[in-house]
Amino acid sequence: MLLPQTDRRHIGDRVFGIVLPVLGCALLAVALIIFFACAKLALPAIEKLGVLRLLTGSDWNPVEESFGALPFIYGTLVTSLVGIVLALPISVGLALFLTEMAPRQVRVVVAMLVQILAGIPSVVYGLWGLMVLVPLLRSTVEPALGRWLGFLPLFRGPPIGLGYLAAGIILAIMILPTIASVTVEVLRTMPQALREGALALGATPWEAIRLVVLPYARRGIFGAAILGLGRALGETMAVTMVIGNQPEIHASLFSPGYTLPSVIANEFAEATGAVHTGALAALALALFLVSLTLSGAARVLIRSRRLR
Amino acid sequence: MKMRVHSAVRRVVNWGMTGLCLTAVLMALMPLGSILWLVVSKGARSLSISFLTELPAAVGESGGGVGNAIVGTLYLVVLAGLLGLPLGVGAGVYLAERGAGRLGSAVRFTAEVLGSVPSIVVGVVAYGLVVATMHRFSALAGGLALGILMVPTLARATEEMVRLVPHTLREASLALGVPAWRTTLSIVLRTAWGGILNVALLGIARAAGETAPLLFTSLNNQYWNFRPDQPTASLTVQIFNYAISPYEDWQRKAWGSALVLLLLVGLLSLLAHFTRRRSAI
Repeated sequence: MLLPQTDRRHIGDRVFGIVLPVLGCALLAVALIIFFACAKLALPAIEKLGVLRLLTGSDWNPVEESFGALPFIYGTLVTSLVGIVLALPISVGLALFLTEMAPRQVRVVVAMLVQILAGIPSVVYGLWGLMVLVPLLRSTVEPALGRWLGFLPLFRGPPIGLGYLAAGIILAIMILPTIASVTVEVLRTMPQALREGALALGATPWEAIRLVVLPYARRGIFGAAILGLGRALGETMAVTMVIGNQPEIHASLFSPGYTLPSVIANEFAEATGAVHTGALAALALALFLVSLTLSGAARVLIRSRRLR
Repeated sequence: MKMRVHSAVRRVVNWGMTGLCLTAVLMALMPLGSILWLVVSKGARSLSISFLTELPAAVGESGGGVGNAIVGTLYLVVLAGLLGLPLGVGAGVYLAERGAGRLGSAVRFTAEVLGSVPSIVVGVVAYGLVVATMHRFSALAGGLALGILMVPTLARATEEMVRLVPHTLREASLALGVPAWRTTLSIVLRTAWGGILNVALLGIARAAGETAPLLFTSLNNQYWNFRPDQPTASLTVQIFNYAISPYEDWQRKAWGSALVLLLLVGLLSLLAHFTRRRSAI
């Protein structure tokens, strides 16, 4: 009883008390390693061209060592936005169906199917996009959109199939499980009494959703959408296979473009010289920082859903 | 009268919205149906013993397979597991058992946030750490990329599994005078073992489906490779190369390889499912 605390602790406990936190800290170290490994590779390009030139220049020419990533940034933003715009309503509808409407057996089956959708490797999505979606867009969807909505600059130009629209649709399919499952999680935390209260006051199930459930879950759904956006920005293979890989900027969604992850995927292995590699690594670093910010913000939003 | 019309309208709106949600479900599941159907129906046509065991054939030559890519993928995920599992599971155990403080919150948040880092970025990291220093593409670099990619998700999932162990078990063990570290190892981890195995298998399955971080780390290889310091083939990179090629025969092989990949990933997930079911928690 009079012994000091440390002596009474088992030697194994002391070892364990060091090993476990070290393992935890190793995870923090991984984050730092990702940052510094990218930064080190990126340094030659940043020194030669400067961050501003890299991010706002619009010409990408490895031969002349002139690197401006604007077409890739534009392509990444456009495809991700198309993805979110298509995926958000569908995944919220899906989540509402799962939590508010479906009987239990149906819910289990649909939830399992959505999990399978989430587990399909990205390159298989790309294969499907290239062989099925792109021909479909070229022959049917894009001509139809051009005919009916051609007055918008978004839907003009020849229907090529490969391009922003194809990439956006693929992204929508791929981020749908993420958004839906986070939304389901958010809806599940809502107290059942709130729903029952609305129904007891005579609201129809839809009115209960519109007046009580959705306002409650608004922040969480926003967070889910940002999480989906983060996924979409970094998605590589499927997009690379259907976007057409042209470093150009077009207003039309039918045109081929390029994204940040795609240019890294296509050029990194054959990059010539430290500046080219550096420019690509700088893009990777930018992707890393943006995805950290987005996913951090999303987590905060999803957690703070109770304080509206 | 007015009341009745009003409530009829409300009922119709309710049905309409229910219908819309159902439509959303169908729209979400349509691509899944299409993908699975096409991979199975088109892939089955190129599936054969020689496809599973032989080396890839050159353009124009008939036959050939993806045997080296299958072995390569397995080789890469084993390397990834060796590097990623101890770190991920260890960090998860830390979070569950000692992660209550401020450091724990920081680690937990980092794990969550790192979980959505684009896989291509991790590829660049592995390139910088291994390829740039060894001056050649290698299986080791690919394995490292996949290993790093595993860690954050693995840590969070392991934490959840370990947390499922009832607190009374810990208390019972501590009350019997068992030191805390023994309690963690032989009571808590033993109980959570099935769950951890499940999480690990799912992590491996996810890693097996990665392509982007392999493109410029393990690259590709037309031959068998079992050396960690040499480039190696993988199913996913092979699918990518076959899919974007202009040759019809190669595109057919892309579907075949995709079927093999889905079977591999599916098998691992199924295995994970059963370990979870058999486990105590």
